[in-house]
Amino acid sequence: MNNLINKTFLKLKRENRPALVTYTVAGDPNKNQSLTLLKKISKHVDIVEWGFPHNCPTADGKEIQNSSYRALENGIKLNDIFNLVKKYKKDKNAKPLILMGYYQMVFNYGEEKFVNKCKQVGVDGLIIVDLIWPYNKKFASLCKKKSVCFVQLIAPTTTNQRMMRIIKDSHDMIYYISMLSTTGGKLKVTPKTILKNFNKIKKINKNKNIVVGFGITDKTISSLKKADGLVVGSALVKTITDSLNQRRDPLIAAEKIVKKLKSKII
Amino acid sequence: MKIKKGIPIYDQHDKNGFYGGKFGGNFVAEGTLKPIQDLTKLFAKLRKDKKFLAKKEQLFKSYLGGETPFFKLKNLTKYLGGAQIWCKDVSSLKGSAHKGYHATINALICKMSGRKYLCGDTGAGMFGKNLAMAGKHLGLKVKIFMGTKDIARQSVNVKFMRDAGAEIVPVDSGSKTLVDAVSECMRYYVSNCETTHLAVGSAIGANIFSKICVYSTSQISIELKKQLIQQFGKIPKLKLINVIGGGSSALGFWNEFIDYDKKHVELIGVEAKYAAPLATNAKLSILHGAAQYCLTNKDGQISPTHSLSAGLDYPGSSPMHGFLKDAKRARFTFASDKEALQAFKLVTKLEAIRPSLEPCHAFAECIKIAPKLKKDQIIIVNNCGEASKDKKIFLKELGYYPS
Ligand SMILES: Cc1ncc(COP(=O)(O)O)c(C=O)c1O
Repeated sequence: MNNLINKTFLKLKRENRPALVTYTVAGDPNKNQSLTLLKKISKHVDIVEWGFPHNCPTADGKEIQNSSYRALENGIKLNDIFNLVKKYKKDKNAKPLILMGYYQMVFNYGEEKFVNKCKQVGVDGLIIVDLIWPYNKKFASLCKKKSVCFVQLIAPTTTNQRMMRIIKDSHDMIYYISMLSTTGGKLKVTPKTILKNFNKIKKINKNKNIVVGFGITDKTISSLKKADGLVVGSALVKTITDSLNQRRDPLIAAEKIVKKLKSKII
Repeated sequence: MKIKKGIPIYDQHDKNGFYGGKFGGNFVAEGTLKPIQDLTKLFAKLRKDKKFLAKKEQLFKSYLGGETPFFKLKNLTKYLGGAQIWCKDVSSLKGSAHKGYHATINALICKMSGRKYLCGDTGAGMFGKNLAMAGKHLGLKVKIFMGTKDIARQSVNVKFMRDAGAEIVPVDSGSKTLVDAVSECMRYYVSNCETTHLAVGSAIGANIFSKICVYSTSQISIELKKQLIQQFGKIPKLKLINVIGGGSSALGFWNEFIDYDKKHVELIGVEAKYAAPLATNAKLSILHGAAQYCLTNKDGQISPTHSLSAGLDYPGSSPMHGFLKDAKRARFTFASDKEALQAFKLVTKLEAIRPSLEPCHAFAECIKIAPKLKKDQIIIVNNCGEASKDKKIFLKELGYYPS
């Protein structure tokens, strides 16, 4: 697939380091600030994930819930997000962008219309938390037609046989969920176990880029450097919430923590 | 959309869990899929397992109290002057509601799967109370997720749950009602699915959860069918009226009658006026793991609802009801808070039953249509819940509570 995500991983392989992937919520704390924040952290990040908020987020912990509710209270709509992505992609620091969210939002918008819109504004990948294999086959092929990377998910409970099938149907990037938890949970498995599972997936197809997410903070990130990419979501979102609560500039705090995360994996 | 003959409503789905190719499914997190598949296999096995069936029988009989009564509401019939009105009094169960059936079956499945932990959601507190009691009866540790608004308005049931030793997890996010309690319970399951059995409080959620629910509540129509034959020597022409929150009681009340022509057995579902996705033609949406008719805004966000009745204050509906609606087998309507309160007033003045706010919505529809019908017509209302949990609300709204 001719896609920026793939190119990024190739480049990082040459640099011999994992991708730093961040997750923030589009529209939090408001439309403009969320875009400014994304641009600001992009200088230090390799791939950005942007959440499109849903008010019934059944796989998210408190941090991302709060961030999503804040964004929705400030009026964010899907079409606003598409417009913001378009603006973001014009920025000189823009990185590959993955939209992430729940299937209800896509279903309501219309699958085909959603993917076309993604292509049009420059979205590089999609993660739909509750549209798992094999139920995502049709949607994933819609994405493929438009060279949008559909990111398949694998969890610790995914059986070997299922894993092989998921990997076979996957695009360039796969997301390995490090533990059974909603987002924002404390890492409850050892980095060793995570890397063991990571290697198991890698062995099935070494050409796939496997990023690891859930429970990754500035404390845990360096122990997982061997992965192809590491996703930091709740830890970053919490930083934004904390600085808002303390009436400090969330942009400064977010940039600071992203720099710190980066320094631990290069 | 067509309903297959001779197959229970809960088994009418395809291999992906869709009813009518469109409702239901499994929109879940990857991590929960394996436990969900394991549960699906286990349930398929248990349904044919003599030991499980004997235990089910025994629990329904000696623990829940056995067959619930079926009788004519003579005074209400006379007062309304039209159709004969009968009552299937499910509220007489131990645990005062149909929720006893799926709470008990879920506790039994939890136990037979070798798990010690059971979690569930509740709105009106009826499912929570029954799950707490069934868990206690079978020696399980139970966690109940309940919105803080519901904890305040259904405090009687909260006390029951606590007394039965269950832990109540207050949910203060979003609406602070059932929709968020279900979400929070599902989040808990995402993190604990390897050790904890999830019992969903209504005929909602990913396929297996709604299936287990309606398999259990179908006891209502199994009994009713027998009682009708005893009473009338046949299945007479009927109208079966049931309230709908998520839809577990209605589906259980109707299951045995789905195959009858709708001119023979008419199925009428009554939602709360401002929580009526089926009656108001809401859009097909994905909520809590399943495609269903659900109240949403234009952008796809789940809409807020209102009902005086905590058990009905929910934006979604069972995928099986969506199926019955599209197949034109059931008819859906709604009643307002005020109509439900008026129904309570009238029914309790004339009869000895004490319907909770939820079934009062079914009685409201019955009161609307009975006078227009001939005397040989038979209406049966499922009195699926007992009123004492709502005493505070009736006192506030009506100024009295009947003895
Ligand atoms: C007595 C009673 N009836 C009805 C309902 C609505 O749920 P369902 O439609 O699943 O029966 C509830 C929910 O709590 C209830 O307690």
